[in-house]
Amino acid sequence: MKIHLILNGTPREMKVAPDRRVVDLLREDLGLTGVKEGCGSGECGTCTILVDGEARLSCLLLAAQLDGCRLTTIEGLAQDGRLHPVQQAFIDQGAVQCGYCTPGMILAAVDLLNRQPHPTREAIRVALSGNLCRCTGYQMIVDAVETAARRMREGEDA
Amino acid sequence: MTERSARPELGPPQSPMLEIGASVPRADAWAKVIGAEHYAIDHYPLGLLWAGARRAGLAHARLRGVAIEAARALPGVVAVLTAADVPGTNRQGIVHKDQPVLVEDHVRHWGDPVALVLAEDRETLRRALALVEPDLEPLPGVFDIAAALRPDAPTLHPGGNVLLEAEISTGDTASAWDVCAAIVEGTFDLPFQDHGFLETQNGVAQVEPDGILTLTVSTQAPFRDRFEIAHALGLDPLRIRVISPYLGGAFGGKDGATVQCLLALAALHVGGRPVKMVWEREECMIAGYKRHAARLCYRLGALTNGTLHALDCQLYFDTGAYAHLGGEVMELGLEHAGGPYRIAHTRMRGWAVYTNNPIGGAMRGFGVCQASFGFERMLDRLAAALGRDRLDLRRQNALRRGDRNAAGVTLVHSTGLAACLETLSRHPLWLERDRWPDQAPPLKRRGVGVAAVFNAMGYGRGLPDAAIAKIALTPDGRFRVDSAVSDMGQGNASAFAQIAGQILCQRADAIELVQPDTARALPSGSSSAGRTTYSYGNALVRACEALRAKLLHRASLLLMVDEPSGLALLPGRVRHLPTGRDLPLARLAAMLPETDRVSIEQFVMPVSQEVPDTGKAFVIGFPHVLFAYAAHLAYVEIDTLTGKLEVCRYLAVTDGGRVLNPRNFDQQIQGAVAQGIGYALCEELRLQEGRILNPDFARYLLPTSLDVPDIASLAVATVEDTGPFGMKGIGEVGINGPLPAIASAVEAALGRCPSQSPLEPRRLVAEVAAPSASDDAPR
Repeated sequence: MKIHLILNGTPREMKVAPDRRVVDLLREDLGLTGVKEGCGSGECGTCTILVDGEARLSCLLLAAQLDGCRLTTIEGLAQDGRLHPVQQAFIDQGAVQCGYCTPGMILAAVDLLNRQPHPTREAIRVALSGNLCRCTGYQMIVDAVETAARRMREGEDA
Repeated sequence: MTERSARPELGPPQSPMLEIGASVPRADAWAKVIGAEHYAIDHYPLGLLWAGARRAGLAHARLRGVAIEAARALPGVVAVLTAADVPGTNRQGIVHKDQPVLVEDHVRHWGDPVALVLAEDRETLRRALALVEPDLEPLPGVFDIAAALRPDAPTLHPGGNVLLEAEISTGDTASAWDVCAAIVEGTFDLPFQDHGFLETQNGVAQVEPDGILTLTVSTQAPFRDRFEIAHALGLDPLRIRVISPYLGGAFGGKDGATVQCLLALAALHVGGRPVKMVWEREECMIAGYKRHAARLCYRLGALTNGTLHALDCQLYFDTGAYAHLGGEVMELGLEHAGGPYRIAHTRMRGWAVYTNNPIGGAMRGFGVCQASFGFERMLDRLAAALGRDRLDLRRQNALRRGDRNAAGVTLVHSTGLAACLETLSRHPLWLERDRWPDQAPPLKRRGVGVAAVFNAMGYGRGLPDAAIAKIALTPDGRFRVDSAVSDMGQGNASAFAQIAGQILCQRADAIELVQPDTARALPSGSSSAGRTTYSYGNALVRACEALRAKLLHRASLLLMVDEPSGLALLPGRVRHLPTGRDLPLARLAAMLPETDRVSIEQFVMPVSQEVPDTGKAFVIGFPHVLFAYAAHLAYVEIDTLTGKLEVCRYLAVTDGGRVLNPRNFDQQIQGAVAQGIGYALCEELRLQEGRILNPDFARYLLPTSLDVPDIASLAVATVEDTGPFGMKGIGEVGINGPLPAIASAVEAALGRCPSQSPLEPRRLVAEVAAPSASDDAPR
């Protein structure tokens, strides 16, 4: 079938098998390998992408579900050569170790901060609880999201 | 040729000076946050084929044959291979070569591969795998340690079910018990643990036009992989090239052959086409290596004054169907069985035993994680028996530099346990520990626990722990480090950049890191054993110092100064300080042939000079002489109705020698504690006759962001003289603390603690319900 979508800001028209998993479509057909896969069954959050601004699991989505949607993958998050504040905070706060959970974790955090600009640490932990990380113990990830939230608020104030 | 600098040279503001001791951001963070880092799993070469293994699906069976015709006939299937197609020995294994690439006739565990299918796409592969039919005759199996050791047990391997049996003894335990004022005993059981790395085992392989077999694999040991493949498939190891990009986690689970030999076998059969293999999560759980399940039997005695005096223990490790590193895991467990304490008389015996369970292998904490539960439970029980404070008893007996440890080895290197315990004892979380249980809400019980742990570094005696570092000045005046030990996430590559930056006085953007590639780098062992940054880092220190000296000499020729003493290496240039003349490194590089821009140096880790008259069964690995130490503290709260345990606060004090990068140090500690909390509370492979009942993240639960508290991490100010800039490896020690610290807290809260881990709600509820709980809880 033919689908229309906006992928990382660019309108695309694509011919896809309607039952193709979105994670495969993105990684294998479009080369967006920043989208990772960790479990294939919606338990680890590694394959998180933003669909119309909301965090979704691309291993549980089928291509047909994307018609008319706006998609953001980790590759499309930086704007005009500048990192998104969440990306920058992940670097600054040491939230990256093996980095395999990082794209999904960052996009889940972006979704949270779009909805909730003043999250508590507890709210951050709740929002990220669907994204597994085996390296960090989560603490520096929570630090990073807190930092990003503060910087985004300050950016708006400025 | 030269230019005079009008002002200090500035790098871009985002490129920091790489100084030892500073929390400079990791070298890999940028590429990882934008999704640009290419892990092995992100490689999709043009024209690739997909490979997959048909797993046996029975834990113990005679394989009478494999029906492959239906699969082979499926359109899109390129080949279906069985053991008959494997050239060479068809055996893999790091120390013991007992694991077939494809099973010939004896299935020893559920995940044993019986056929390898190659197909044009993944859907075809999936269908073809389902069409492969192994003809299996079930055999009676052995599914736990006791069953494996019975005289009439079915045997898994020609030498029987005992892979290795060993003893480490010191002093005279026969008579030592008589003078003990208190003797405590306990038996403890620990389950298999899965590594839970997020990037499953995978890789791509291809026979290049020049005949070189090239693999890009998620692996901890690219150099050893060549020999594994060569041995199994009868190839020339030097005609095999292995590339190891950054790994999406490993923790020991990618040390040893996973996809390597299967991929290589596939590549040999497809006329130069690339082959890709990715284990799905369930396959990763079923076929991958695990932390060994273990049973520990302890007896520990102390004198009236609290001095530990006698230890007798038996440690049994379930190594599953194949050896992998089972003997070596048991060695580490045994060597650490006495804990980080002085004990004059010890008799520590160990067994690594084959069963039809999943394969026990390397995992962070490598035998020590299990033993830590045993010796720390004993310390708590001894403190209770003697009426002593738990921390005080540990401080009294803590190993210090110059002591002999419980395995009889003199500690001639840094030994910071006492400093760790001292730091913990002064921390508010310890000083205010009594408030915690006093403020427990209704229907909750609270406790505070402590643990002292340690972990050896390196391969131990008999297997030289060596690394060869290579650094080069590039034509554009930057420096390229050819790392030879994989970075599975622990950040060793970033540490290498920091070491090079420190010695060569360069900014981050002047250091290029190349991940291990056997065609470029030089053999440096595996990324494991707390030795990665230590061993390669030491070699790199030497290589950088030699390169600096060489470059200054060459610069002195170009600048026509008599000798290099007035020259300084600065970011991007060499400066002649007396005259202020600068020579950009790019110009210096242009004057030098490639062979003169490279520096290669090696390092071999020191080994014990003592030859203890014990542990003779260990041909390699015993003893070790370098250890990291730690003291942990946990605040827990237990729901008396549900048994749910929450770790509310946590402190880890670590002796890892000098800290090269405080933030990366904390990353390792916090991550290890989180993995240890999972091991303590919820992670357990549930097995039924060798079949894993929970082979996915819905049923095998990893800690989430809601299960791990903020973890305070402190480092004590020790210096390890033999380490690069005084550091020791800390990748492992952090995981050994949580289970004993949490168990100690459970005992404080409930008056007792299960002797079986994990400390799940059902086990804690049973303790709550038991009579006489909490009467004499330690404080």
